[in-house]
Amino acid sequence: MIRWQKKAVATGAALSLAIALAACSSSGGKQEEQNNGQGGGNVANTPRMKIAFITHAAPGDTFWDLVRKGAEAAAAKDNVELQYSGDPEGANQANLVQTAIDAKVDGIAVTLAKPDAVSANVKKAVAAGIPVTALNGGIEHWQDAGAIAYFGQDERIAGQAAGDQLTKVGAKKAICVIQEQGHVGLEARCQGVKDKFPAVENVYITGTDMPGSTTTMTSKLQQDKAVDYVVTLGAPFALAAVQAVDKAGSSAKVGTFDTNKELVGAIKDGKVQWAVDQQPYLQGYLAVDNLWLYKTNGNTIGGGKATLTGPAFIDKDNVAAVEKFAANGTR
Amino acid sequence: MASTLTATTTADDRVGRRSIAARLLSRPEIGSLVGAAVVLVFFLITAPTFRSINSTGTILYQAALIGMMAVPVALLMIGGEFDLSTGVAVTTAGLTGGLFAYQFSVNVWVGAVVALVVAVGVGAFNGWLLMRTGLPSFLVTLGTFFILQGLNLGVTRILAGTVSSNSIRDMDGFSSGQAVFASEFKIGRLSIEILVIWWVVFVAIASWVLLKTKVGNWIFAVGGDAAAARAVGVPVKRVKIGLFMTVGFFAWFSGMHLLFNQSSVQSGEGVGKEFIYIIAAVVGGCLLTGGYGSIVGSAVGALIFSMTQLGVVYAGWNADWFKAFLGLMLLLATIVNLVVKNRADLR
Repeated sequence: MIRWQKKAVATGAALSLAIALAACSSSGGKQEEQNNGQGGGNVANTPRMKIAFITHAAPGDTFWDLVRKGAEAAAAKDNVELQYSGDPEGANQANLVQTAIDAKVDGIAVTLAKPDAVSANVKKAVAAGIPVTALNGGIEHWQDAGAIAYFGQDERIAGQAAGDQLTKVGAKKAICVIQEQGHVGLEARCQGVKDKFPAVENVYITGTDMPGSTTTMTSKLQQDKAVDYVVTLGAPFALAAVQAVDKAGSSAKVGTFDTNKELVGAIKDGKVQWAVDQQPYLQGYLAVDNLWLYKTNGNTIGGGKATLTGPAFIDKDNVAAVEKFAANGTR
Repeated sequence: MASTLTATTTADDRVGRRSIAARLLSRPEIGSLVGAAVVLVFFLITAPTFRSINSTGTILYQAALIGMMAVPVALLMIGGEFDLSTGVAVTTAGLTGGLFAYQFSVNVWVGAVVALVVAVGVGAFNGWLLMRTGLPSFLVTLGTFFILQGLNLGVTRILAGTVSSNSIRDMDGFSSGQAVFASEFKIGRLSIEILVIWWVVFVAIASWVLLKTKVGNWIFAVGGDAAAARAVGVPVKRVKIGLFMTVGFFAWFSGMHLLFNQSSVQSGEGVGKEFIYIIAAVVGGCLLTGGYGSIVGSAVGALIFSMTQLGVVYAGWNADWFKAFLGLMLLLATIVNLVVKNRADLR
């Protein structure tokens, strides 16, 4: 590095430190964060086991963070070493299942959102004597693949619940916003909405580009003034939709699938009307816990039938009950 | 003999003044301007909402989101280098600002300053490693792309306990930061995002630097032929590292817009946007091989991309075909660009 650059970097670092010491924020920030002190509790005294948790999550999605936290909570309680991994590409996810088989794990929890790609390797795992639980996606495929249990919601039914809600509140025209083009589960949700509320149109955005998502929704609302409801399929996109409605000068209301901490606040403030909740924390928790139960006591939750974790609605009336858990980042 | 010599001198077209039209047509951005006009007219005819004043604001904002980063990307390409880490670098800058301010409970502006140091530092690292190793910038910045993508996720989870940075909306300095980076104002019925104004300002400054200053000449020189530039005394190393640091600065500015627009930043964002920036620069007349291009062109390129992207929505076409329309329009714009440029070169 050249001398003047060194000097610039050093000056910059010193300057920022000096300002940092002098400029504490009087409100917000970590200092205000409540320390809720997560309970210690006892850990199971069964032998330590290794469980692979393999999803189709894109990195950095708040929804999957909740699933992971549930899985980690169960793992901590059950004396399980959890190996979390994920890849949105079907073939890559299938490969992750194969590596778990190679590593001779004691159990595998897997999402079957892309069943055609992943099922073959799930069958291999079962053949190798590794119990598998399915979660989140693949309600029609988990039994064929040989999984012992399924935790999640039927995306089409969840979509229909949202469609019924639109009819109930007297919406006239809605858009259903899909953040990943060609995603089977997301398409099924919007299809479900359409089953019960035909006046809906799909709009596609790029989930990894939040300002771009906002402008796309804004332009759709500007183009079609008749739209009075925006349905998004993930919490971050609902918050972007609130901005888009504002920018477009539209009076459309926003409803969404799935929650996170910020969204719970938005429901409380009346910016978002409702969220279809599939309890992602529960999906992660049960998928791991069931593997432990199966290994230690031969149990299956749901008794061979899918265990539905949703769709439940969160709206202004019951948001308070969810709020304190959302602050912990677990709802 | 002497008379022949005089005759050749006056007839020499290398020193003779060309007509204004010919000089205008030989500018790198002229092809993209024609392309933009074609796209504009096309959507004005096919999409009724495209004509409304509200839509203009949205289109300009979308263009500014791309165009802001296309400015340094174009400069870098004229200087003969690539940067694949620009998309995630924007996210890194936003995350750094948000996480620092929140974790240390300090004024948001302190977070912004730290983010500036980090963002420019990333650029400096790219430039330094490039000059040090002599590897293609494609490889060096691909490495940085993955490193930043991983750090964005990993560090955010460690600090915030989740995959998005904590909201800084209620912290000191947020409202002033928002006023600077992410506010909106009205001219008549047209509402304009402040980012659009900043974009125009930065395009003007970068254009002036490129066309009217010694540094601008250096950038063209290192992009055209680095060895020849070094031979005539251009500080190649400093120019290239400086260009990467410029990218860092703009990534910081865009990252601050992201942060103050949403108050929290999702750590997985930004992947794939590096190509959009490069597309804007190339559609705007930058050569992939360096040494030729324009900043105004990059702005027009961003405008073409934004008009096409939102035009498809404004036209109300079936969304399944969205990407296909987008690709087709971009190809058409680029081909118009090429035809105009070739015709201009013939003159």
